[in-house]
Amino acid sequence: MWRDTVLVAGKDLRIEARSRVALSQVVPFGIVALALFAFALGPDRAPMAKAAPGLFWVAVLFTTVLAVQRSVSVESGDGARDGLRLSGLDPAGQFLGKLLSVGAQLVALEVVLTVGVVLLYGARIEAWWMIVASCLLGTLGLAAAGVLYGALSAGLRVKETILPFLLLPVVTPVLLAGTRIWQAALAGGTPSYGSPWFHLLIAFDAVYLALGVVVYGPIQESA
Amino acid sequence: MAPAAPPTSALSLRNVVALSGRFPLLAGVDLEVAVGETVLVEGPNGAGKTSLLRVAAGLVPIASGHLSVLGLDPERYRTTVRRRVGLLAHASHLYDDLTVRENIRFAVRAAGADTARIDGACDRLGLVGRLLRTPAAKLSAGQRRRVALAVLVARAPELWLLDEPHAGLDAGARRLLNELIAEANAAGATVVVASHEPELVAELASRSITVTGGRVTAERTLGPTAADAPGAPDTPASDAVALRAAPLPPPDGGIAHVA
Repeated sequence: MWRDTVLVAGKDLRIEARSRVALSQVVPFGIVALALFAFALGPDRAPMAKAAPGLFWVAVLFTTVLAVQRSVSVESGDGARDGLRLSGLDPAGQFLGKLLSVGAQLVALEVVLTVGVVLLYGARIEAWWMIVASCLLGTLGLAAAGVLYGALSAGLRVKETILPFLLLPVVTPVLLAGTRIWQAALAGGTPSYGSPWFHLLIAFDAVYLALGVVVYGPIQESA
Repeated sequence: MAPAAPPTSALSLRNVVALSGRFPLLAGVDLEVAVGETVLVEGPNGAGKTSLLRVAAGLVPIASGHLSVLGLDPERYRTTVRRRVGLLAHASHLYDDLTVRENIRFAVRAAGADTARIDGACDRLGLVGRLLRTPAAKLSAGQRRRVALAVLVARAPELWLLDEPHAGLDAGARRLLNELIAEANAAGATVVVASHEPELVAELASRSITVTGGRVTAERTLGPTAADAPGAPDTPASDAVALRAAPLPPPDGGIAHVA
């Protein structure tokens, strides 16, 4: 399984490095979203800094949809999805490989968006460890749920429009927990405040990781 | 764990029905292909040739009947079966952003095959020099077909399922394809070829079946019998088709119609 994970992740990241879709479209989309939020909130930086945690995670969620759609579309050209099924790769390995690839792109994106939040919204981060931990845990959950729902929508003719509809409500716990942890991190970072939200993120990750490893194969076969 | 005993039948379908939604792709196919045999599948457009190959590759689940591929149940031993079966489909299964070499390497490694065979396969298919470093997106249809063939040659599967393999190839590549099929067969591989150009495959195949309306409706003997084929078990040729509900080909004209 691990060999297949590395193989699929390597293939997807190589494709991404060549096509540069994440760099040229997904990251700019995230920055544009942050800028639009800033325009909507007006020139006063105080409400922007206050809303920064939620706006950051909303931007991450929207860009997650794009990253997952890209991951699905890579397999939809020239019967590549059938090729992947025919290869005999372990489905759990395929799931984890796709998760790693999408996750790596999201982490890079979150770094850019964090810088954007600091520069555009004037947010002052007091506890960096909470920011890093919430981003890593949130990314894991978003990538796991995204790859799973991406596979679910892959066989549908309306996959581009159905994916956000399926994915965004499901990842609400990540938005909620991530925002709360960011608020704590901006307010001075009291671990006791962030603790239940970290637990929520860990539980979300565990559920979607386990679910993905178990059901990715059957979903791929039936999609 | 997969059974260890070597199979005598490479492909066995008994009254197999496959559906796409409520539409029948296969409507009760009986077919027995012995190990080492080369079988030509003929039939008009939409008759079920591609569906037959996709079912054999385990890409389409069967709704009823019995299917055995290389002696294994493809549902139960999905990964094992898929690693031993190669399907050359209408699509080339290539990633546009990867180079020719990267595509072949990924497909061969994914199937758990020996990557040492890649260079030989590329040389054989004329995929050399700059072409190996060319992204698949820049290839012509014929070149994509050659890359897909190189994957098949490098993987060296036990069961070759070829869907219109000559389509999009020039005359030289068609000759080469026939050589590759003959070599694979000589090495013990079983080959099932669906083609609208039977004259291109007839000399390689021992048997031809005609698929119409999702059923095997006719069969004729073309060349060497299954028992003569390299790697075939020591059984009479008639045993290879014994499970078919159809009678053996009549002596006159060699065409039998299956009920």
